[in-house]
This record gives sequence, structure tokens and C-alpha cells, in this order.
Amino acid sequence: MAESRLEICFTLNGAPVTAQVSLRHRLLDLLRYELDLPGSKEGCGEGECGACTVHLDGIPVNSCLVPAWQVRDREVVTVESVVPGDIARMLDTGATQCGACTPGVVMTARWIEANPQLLERFTTRQLMAGNLCRCTGYDGIIDGLEPPPDAEDS
Amino acid sequence: MQVHLAASFDEALRVKGQHPDVVPIAGGTDLLVQWPAAHALHERAWLDLSALGELAEIRFEDDAVVLGALVTYWDVIQDERFQVLPLLPAAAATVGSVQIQTRGTWAGNIANASPAADGVPVLMAYDAEVTLASTAGRRLVPLADFYHGYKQLETRPDELIESIRLPLRTHDFEDFIKVGSRAAQAITKVGMAIAHSEAGWRIVANSMAPAVCRCRALEQLVESGEPVDSPDALMAGIRADVSPIDDIRSTAAYREKVFSRVLYHALLPFCGSFS
Repeated sequence: MAESRLEICFTLNGAPVTAQVSLRHRLLDLLRYELDLPGSKEGCGEGECGACTVHLDGIPVNSCLVPAWQVRDREVVTVESVVPGDIARMLDTGATQCGACTPGVVMTARWIEANPQLLERFTTRQLMAGNLCRCTGYDGIIDGLEPPPDAEDS
Repeated sequence: MQVHLAASFDEALRVKGQHPDVVPIAGGTDLLVQWPAAHALHERAWLDLSALGELAEIRFEDDAVVLGALVTYWDVIQDERFQVLPLLPAAAATVGSVQIQTRGTWAGNIANASPAADGVPVLMAYDAEVTLASTAGRRLVPLADFYHGYKQLETRPDELIESIRLPLRTHDFEDFIKVGSRAAQAITKVGMAIAHSEAGWRIVANSMAPAVCRCRALEQLVESGEPVDSPDALMAGIRADVSPIDDIRSTAAYREKVFSRVLYHALLPFCGSFS
């Protein structure tokens, strides 16, 4: 049994981390307020908007719905792991305007890119349905994720 | 706030036996909603099941499929073996979004006991049984008998859900229909799961009563083979089986009317006729 804080070890963006987590902290709180990784955003706080999306053991989750103590011994990847050149096409398609949803959009997009077999069964729009954007109308986001039109077509 | 981190399911059962008030948590997609404001929950003691790999197993047997209590919607969506139980991936794909489907568990959907649960109706239409475990032993409860009212569960305070067992039958008809405000990220206003096999008709409603429930009057009506000439001809059965309410998402009148029409069109090939 543990009281108020608990020491956990997990992997964060490829590096081992040991943290004294507050039992009341969600993964999102741990990242933003304890580990100085404010890239993941809190939009709705109830699993609807996807702005807080991170990868937990390689799959996208809403970090606002994960108790911080549940990531012990697991692998967390956040938007801070993105390097210039990732999802580069999104820069050209108007995929971001105000930017609040963008960290979550990018994390779901990277999961799709890393698992192209998903597109044999699902459309990009279905896979992106958990990332709400109030600015772009989505077309810019979807265009940035799908293969560019052939040169002959353009 | 306290957290019990069980190292095995047996240990989790001991904790639940000794501290029946602990809140079991798996994916957290219901329990963590608006967490900063959930003050009453902050004072509770928690029992974390999420690390118990032994509960994450999907087992296909000769005549049944067993879902461990940690099996998620996404596990089922991804697993092509579930083509034999197509309502499961179909319903799973309507729950929230990928980020919810990767965390939400079928057992959690049962335990949370929302009348609007989307996983429960399809499990119930396939005659699922829930294995409840405690340090005293195991018992198997038909999911159709699991709810005794709004958030009133069959579970004793010392019990945890260990697994869900689905008999493998040949179905010549099955459908899951969800009416929500939009295609993704919607909570059900009116929902139903329908299945027909040698075991007979199963018609299950969600968002229509204090708990997800089988509609036995409607099942009997369809079983009788008596022609049904309009959606309104289903209304007596609907009123015998369910009791929709007005709430933030819809009204009783809308729910009754839409349920009758959606069900009528689903059943049209079997007992309906346009007069």
C-alpha cells in the first residue's frame, strides 16, 4: 500500500526515469508539472479532444485519463520526442492554426505512420477521430497525413 | 488517497476481500473523466489491475471465447478471429475514439454499469457469462441477469470480474445499431444489439432503461412469427421491456419512437411487412 506519493520507474521518450508521483496526478499532470514536458495539452480533461495524446507502449492514449502510477514499468512517448522533419508534409497543408490540438494530432499521426497496415482497414479520418480541431476543418490535417497527389495529377 | 498495486490476481482478490471498498481500476476511461474535480474519488482507496498480464488474455476454445478482464476494445478490433462474433468489433469501433478504445476494457464497461454502455449490449446478445472471482471461489453469472437496477450489480463487495465467456454459436442474423449525435465520440441516445441463433432471438437495448437489458417481450413477439405491420406494432413490447427517460442527451419520446423504427427496419426481413 502506498500513501500520497509513490516511486515509479518507467521509460520516457527512450530514457529510463524514476519519479515520485503524486497519487492524484494523471499522466498528463506528471508530464507537464513534474517532468517539465508541457507539450501535451489539456483540452477537455475527459478523453474527448485528444490534445493530450501520448503513446503508452506504442499505442495512442489520452494522458488525461491515465493515473500517473499506472505507467510504472511501461514506455511513454510524448510530442517532445518529435524531431524536425517528422510529419513534414503537415507544414505545407494548413494542418495547424491555433496549435492547441497539434501535439495530439502529431502523436496520432506518428502512430499511423509507424503502423501503415492500419490504413488497410481504417481510413485516416477514422483513426484521427479522437483528435478534435476547431480551426482547420480537418482537411488540412488529413491532406498532411495522406500521400501527396501524384505529380501527373497536379 | 491510497493505491494498492497487486502483483497477481490472487493478491488483488485478497485485497478486495480485506478492503471491499477499494475501487478496482483498469483502463480508467470512465473513472478518470474530469478527474481534477472528482473530489469524492480522491478520498477512495484504489486497486490497480492494469499490470496483471494474466487478465489480458483472449482465449478461443472449441465452443467459447473467453475475454480476460483487461481485454480492451482495441484488442478485439485488431483480432481477426472475432469475425465469428462480428458485433464485438462493430460495437468496439463506436466507443469514443482510438485513444479510448486502446484503454477501455469490456469488463470495465460491464462494471461501470452505464445504461448507455456500448460493449454490454453485444456481449448480452451473444449470451455472455461473467466470471466473478473472490478468495472464496468463482461463479459464472449470465450477463443478462447481472443488473438489478441503475448501477445495481450482481457483484458482491469481495468479488472482481475475472473474465467474460461467450459461447460460439452460428448466427444467421446479427446487428448492432447505435444512434448518437455524430459518428465518433458520441454517447448513445438509443442503441440495440440483435442476434438470432439456434438459441433463439436476442434483442438487447441500451440507453433505454436503468441498465442495459434484454427485451424479452420483443424477443417473444419475433419468435412467434406473428407479422408486424409497422413500427407502432412493436410499441406494446417496447413499453413492456424498457422505460426510457428524458435526460441531457435525449427524451423518452424520441427514444421510444426511434427505437421502434430502427428495430422494425432491422427485423423487416423476418416478421415485418409494409401494409
